[in-house]
Amino acid sequence: MKADPKGVLTGTHELTGNEACAEGAFAAGCRFLGLYPIVPSVEISERYLERAPEIGATFIQMEDEVSALAAVLGASWTGKRSMTVTSGSGLSLMMEHLGLGIMLETPCVIVDVQSMGPGLGLPTRASQGDVMQARWGSHGDYEVIALAPSSPQEMFDYTIKAFNFSERYRIPAVVLSDAYIARLKEKVVIPAANKIELEPRRYYNGAPGTYLPYKRDKDYVPRMVDIGKGYRFHVTGLTHDDRGYPIMFEECQEYNVHPLMWKIRKYVDDIVEFQESQIDDADVVVVAYGVTARAAHSAVEKARAAGVKAGVLKLTTVWPFPEKRIATLAKKAKAFVVPEMNFGQIVSEVERCSYGEANVFFVAHGDTGIEDPENILSAIQEASRTQKVQSGVVEYRGA
Amino acid sequence: MAEIRFAGYGGQGIIRSGIIAGMAASIYDNKHATMSQSFGPEARGGACSSQLVVSDTKVLYPYITDADVLVAMSQAGYDKFEPELSERKGVLLYDEDLVKPKASRGKIKAYAIPAQRFAEQLGRKIVANVVMLGFFTAVTKIVTYEAMQKALPESVPEKAVELNMKAFERGYQHGLEVTKK
Repeated sequence: MKADPKGVLTGTHELTGNEACAEGAFAAGCRFLGLYPIVPSVEISERYLERAPEIGATFIQMEDEVSALAAVLGASWTGKRSMTVTSGSGLSLMMEHLGLGIMLETPCVIVDVQSMGPGLGLPTRASQGDVMQARWGSHGDYEVIALAPSSPQEMFDYTIKAFNFSERYRIPAVVLSDAYIARLKEKVVIPAANKIELEPRRYYNGAPGTYLPYKRDKDYVPRMVDIGKGYRFHVTGLTHDDRGYPIMFEECQEYNVHPLMWKIRKYVDDIVEFQESQIDDADVVVVAYGVTARAAHSAVEKARAAGVKAGVLKLTTVWPFPEKRIATLAKKAKAFVVPEMNFGQIVSEVERCSYGEANVFFVAHGDTGIEDPENILSAIQEASRTQKVQSGVVEYRGA
Repeated sequence: MAEIRFAGYGGQGIIRSGIIAGMAASIYDNKHATMSQSFGPEARGGACSSQLVVSDTKVLYPYITDADVLVAMSQAGYDKFEPELSERKGVLLYDEDLVKPKASRGKIKAYAIPAQRFAEQLGRKIVANVVMLGFFTAVTKIVTYEAMQKALPESVPEKAVELNMKAFERGYQHGLEVTKK
């Protein structure tokens, strides 16, 4: 399915990450925004609100983040591609309805512009502190898809990707941005509408009266209908059967919840995406995502100039995590260096997936500035000098 | 690659300057440019700055590590960001009525312009940043004159285009004179 030209601002623009995100949403066919304003995500909403009338999109500002995501789930069931945008403490509040969205298998997009926590923290400053929350923040077992853009162009592209994933797998997809990317202004090329491929919603086409909202197709994904189109319809956050009625027995729990994992795990290779640079002969592989990936690229250029064989694996999808690729690289490379704007989240995934085959150096970053490439460079040099495979993560604190 | 810092206080158009120069470089000169901004909680009067990185290839790290240019339109902005200016290649552009620079360091070259005074003579103090942009264009040559001529009208209100073009020209000519010496 091609994008609707109405929402596509084809051309070359200078946009901030936040502005590019709103344009990505329009291009992806998003026509409903449920929001509760919070810095540093506000400019996404502002851009959306400004452009919504001409595009024919709607939005609603709710009383808090809990209801903002609830409105998004409801809108999605009426057939509208829907999203919400938030930051830090707002994402914490959305965790209840992230779980509901997973259980109801409702396609939607949550854009989280990460800021500094915990609590209210430093709400205007950038962080990468929500990576684990996006994966594990709601209770119970589930899988998520989360993408981490590192430029305004990727804000545009990944917002579209997030919508596509959410429709294909019927789950809420998360875009993990941060306050740096949100405010960074850079060239964004928006292609023609017919060059933007969108995942169509997977509708049920049978006769009314035969529809079962949670009857799974071969790909584990049940088909949807729009509320109000004449189909009998029931959904619940309780453990449910194919009809969407609560059946609270253990057999049903297994029947209902296990496929929530399978529908993602079976297709992990289709979902996982990363970008590698100078990895083939690399002794040291820097694993980075979001704005930190830019510092990583800069550090690797400097390392190469100094004769150290280093490369970058930049995560496009943070979740699912590229387990297989890390395991393969762990056998070839001497060490991983993982810089993050937090005190250690993805680094434990890298360590887990390297199975003790390579050293893992962590570059922690907890202040309000952006990661300095020099710190990553020092860690790369340290990593290239260290021979012995060490157990556990070495926290590298810079020179 | 060039790393540029615009510094001043809120209301002077410091962030706008970064946006216009970034747009000129990236859209009309067809280079790569990133612009980021920081400001205090105040909309007017607080310290504010924007960072611009311009490169022929993709900008890897979009923040200042060893600044090529500091454009200072307030004393506080100068005091805060002068230390990040590269001793080897730094260029300082400042409003001579608003900034009193310290003794020069290393190979830093300093160029002065009464940008705000020129703007007042043109009728609106508010275009001082555009006078400075003209000066910046002529002295540093990081962004071409032609690209700025295209980016500027797109970035200001329609009724203010003429005044802004005049302001730009005034700063540009001053830049040519200063660099001739």
